[in-house]
Amino acid sequence: MSAAAPVLPETAAVYWRPRLDAARLQRRGRLWTLSTLAHTIPFLATAALMLALEPLSFPVAAVAVVHAWGIPALYASRGASVVRPRPRAADGPERTALGLLGDLVGHDARALHERTGLALERGALGVWLVGEAGALLVRPGGRRVDCWCVKVEGDLPSADRTAHLLLALREDEAGFATVANLAFSGAAWRVRPRLRAAMRPALDAARTVA
Amino acid sequence: MDQSGHTTIAEWTADDAAATEAAVAAFRHQLDAGYYAVVSTGEGQAEQVRELPADAELVILRRPIAGG
Repeated sequence: MSAAAPVLPETAAVYWRPRLDAARLQRRGRLWTLSTLAHTIPFLATAALMLALEPLSFPVAAVAVVHAWGIPALYASRGASVVRPRPRAADGPERTALGLLGDLVGHDARALHERTGLALERGALGVWLVGEAGALLVRPGGRRVDCWCVKVEGDLPSADRTAHLLLALREDEAGFATVANLAFSGAAWRVRPRLRAAMRPALDAARTVA
Repeated sequence: MDQSGHTTIAEWTADDAAATEAAVAAFRHQLDAGYYAVVSTGEGQAEQVRELPADAELVILRRPIAGG
């Protein structure tokens, strides 16, 4: 007889969501890809048709192309913004919180967090980069990134917010992903340039590990 | 974990009954206040506990998370 798998208690607040697993995550990723194509193809087709019918309509066709590029770019920006740093607390609490977070992660993850503000954590679904109010999940192979918006209520130092999320993730990875809101799912190359420059090495490291 | 970075709520040893009793009371008070108690169970692993594990080296109280 095996012990029941631990379930994050916060999943009770989102009882209508099916518990996430690798297969569901893959399906959601495909839906995101289809959604991107649905945003892109009509604009590109319109631009091509307009140019074919009347070459002088190129300014309007150009606007359609900009839309085809811009809408997916906005989604990717929204995804990258989940790990945007939040306002800092006072120096003392920030240092204390950093010490505790440092105790929770290994040497390499601690060094990466110091440089990038993101804590790297290996999971069953992929490699996580946990920030203060969200997390990036780099899927196995390192090509797709899921951006999750998830937070801790209350006024806390930034490293504390990260530590809360990290502990919840370690308790129940699937439950963590069930509770969090998926802000974006797509190619890592679309997310990377929209991250703060200091955070990009964390994504590179996670892609290497994944 | 709180606004100060973190606060030590209680310290105890398994052979100190009074300290353990005080720790259990403080622990329950924090759970009633809405915190979840977590114990590390190895690299990258943590487990939620609802009773104070007297032999645990560290029990961390975390707040609930929610989708942003």
